[in-house]
Amino acid sequence: MINYTYTVWIVLIPLFMFVILGLFGMKMRNSLAGILGSLGLFTSTVLSYITAYFYFFKVGPVDGVFQSVSAYNIEWLAFTDTLKVHLGVFLDPISVMMLVVITTVSLMCHIYSIGYMKGDTGFQRFFSFLSLFTFSMLFLVIATDIIQMYIGFELVGLSSYLLIGHYYEKPAAVAAANKAFIVTRFADFGFFVGILLVSFYTGTFDFTVLINGDGSIFAGMAAASFMGMNIITWAMLLIFIGGAGKSALFPLHIWLPDAMEGPTPVSALIHAATMVVAGVYLVARMFIVFHFQAPDALEVVAYVGAFTSLFAAIIAITQYDIKRILAFSTLSQIGYMILALGVSGYGGEEGVGYMASMFHLTTHAMFKALLFLGAGSIIHAIHSNDLRDMGGLRKYMPITFITFAIAVLSISGIPPFSGFWSKDEILAAAFEHNKIIYFSSVLVAGLTAFYMSRLFFTVFFGKKTEYHHTPHESPWVMTIPLIILSIGAAFAGFIPFNELVTSDGAVFESHLSMSIALPSIGIALLGIFFAFLLYYKKSNTPDKITTSLGFLYKTTLNKFYFDELYLFVTKKIIFNIISQSIAWFDRHVVDGSMNGIAWVIEKTSVKSKELQSGQLQQYAFIFVAGTIILVLCFAYLFN
Amino acid sequence: MIHGIPIQYFLIVSTIMFFVGVCGFIIRRNLITILMSVELILNAININFLVFNRYLFPHQLQGNFFALIVVAVAAAEASVAIALFINMYRRFNNIDVENISEMKY
Repeated sequence: MINYTYTVWIVLIPLFMFVILGLFGMKMRNSLAGILGSLGLFTSTVLSYITAYFYFFKVGPVDGVFQSVSAYNIEWLAFTDTLKVHLGVFLDPISVMMLVVITTVSLMCHIYSIGYMKGDTGFQRFFSFLSLFTFSMLFLVIATDIIQMYIGFELVGLSSYLLIGHYYEKPAAVAAANKAFIVTRFADFGFFVGILLVSFYTGTFDFTVLINGDGSIFAGMAAASFMGMNIITWAMLLIFIGGAGKSALFPLHIWLPDAMEGPTPVSALIHAATMVVAGVYLVARMFIVFHFQAPDALEVVAYVGAFTSLFAAIIAITQYDIKRILAFSTLSQIGYMILALGVSGYGGEEGVGYMASMFHLTTHAMFKALLFLGAGSIIHAIHSNDLRDMGGLRKYMPITFITFAIAVLSISGIPPFSGFWSKDEILAAAFEHNKIIYFSSVLVAGLTAFYMSRLFFTVFFGKKTEYHHTPHESPWVMTIPLIILSIGAAFAGFIPFNELVTSDGAVFESHLSMSIALPSIGIALLGIFFAFLLYYKKSNTPDKITTSLGFLYKTTLNKFYFDELYLFVTKKIIFNIISQSIAWFDRHVVDGSMNGIAWVIEKTSVKSKELQSGQLQQYAFIFVAGTIILVLCFAYLFN
Repeated sequence: MIHGIPIQYFLIVSTIMFFVGVCGFIIRRNLITILMSVELILNAININFLVFNRYLFPHQLQGNFFALIVVAVAAAEASVAIALFINMYRRFNNIDVENISEMKY
């Protein structure tokens, strides 16, 4: 047995970095703060790789199954003798995989930010929050306990809020930060109620008990029912709402596109690679409960995932903001991961969806972080987010061009790049279990290839736009992370996930089925081909198509008016009708009764204060009057 | 025993004096007038003491002595009070009871 206690440092080092940079950052030179943050994270990254090496290869599976290890565990709160909250480090294949993914992407974003954020006034603040985020995310994935995970959810929500609002002088950034925080916080409420339900019936928060495959603790929940569904289904749905909020699944997706107001490395780290997969991770963590106790909830998960991926892919086609396209693409890919979990079975080859989801999470983290960092590099060069301001950039920015190309091929699912392998597994899993979801996923694969190629051709080929000053390649601190991530995006597909991360921890045989792979490659190539026709050379065909589609195009461009719908519901219905009446009740009835009591007391005291006037004659008068009254009374009584 | 004058006459006079004093005490604003009113009350009491002593217990002297004590106390009180009033007048230039509120709060 290997002692994994050191893994606690993977989490604590970013926390220390946050404290140090937060307290003393302002006294440091910018470059020092950046290097310090990156060095701290580099240590965490090395430790994560060591952990992964020991966990997957040195110790390996025992009797063919990867064992979960409780590396560090302290009791934090004890509600009763049995219901306790623990904090600690829980290692199993998915958490070790997440440690590697998060620290890698986070390290790349840290290094990249040294270049990207150069000269920004909030440089140190940015790095301290980046460390806080990394800490929170690692804290979340190593959760030994469902409450620890919830704390992690809140912490990543908070750091996401802080980082989206980095440019707090910009009203749009503030609005986006608030929106992200409120939507995710709203969803976390569902998560919390789910936790309460689960812990009430099972009497435990501990993952080792909840997910050990023994369903007997859920017997009470399965028996109890509420509004025609048993409690366990309700609880898992509520927990899934928490995950859906963080992962920006339909209909809680509205915050993610706006979150692009944050600095680009933040978008790459939080809103593409790590935080938004927290929901996927949550479902994967509770997968065994979903699958055995609440198959109906898992069905919902699958359809929500499939719908989100299709919905977001359609919107992505029409957008012009380069970061928003990537944001919608992120939504779509997360939908993929979620639907893969939704259609997955448990154990061996049945669990291919689970494996595929985790696989896609890893490859997506690589290529999407790369896409965002590449987009950041482009924005850095030409100071615009708008696709219409870009064109012909391949000559000016060769490294960005090549790495971006790798990422686009990867996300489009062209072999041998990483996205192909994971997407293929997802499609295989969907094909096995649900044909509708399979066809929608294949369609999404085609759309993905189309909109990514549209972006790619417009930015790097297409018309020659006149620039104010000649765009130049980014400095090496920005290109090196691009190169490293592009290696990941190109080759992560060769990681044998079926031997590492599976639903039951056991190794199974995975094989590439041509009947799944060929159609997906075909439709991806078709998508790229169409994009090539439309956008490789400047032409007015796309404009003609958009005008002929008219209403459909406008609806899609406006993201199916979901923001407007939410605004209508919140501003018109909730604020006006519900909140106004509650406010009226509060001001008039609640405050009124309180103010009334205060008014009575005040008046009484003013009146009684007048008795103490200090006027001798008044006292004398009262004394005399009282005496006379008493005398009269006695005279009447004893007469 | 004073011939021809019944006790009620004395009591009526003293009662009138007493209530005149009380009214003066309550109504008047000038401190000296108030002091005079107090003297009026005291003297009304004195009359009562003397009259009751004379009519009820003619061979005893308690009432007379009480009256003497009251006169003595009234004299002492008047001297202290007037000393105070003089000081007040020097300080505030008037001795209106409602205006002297400097030490009230």
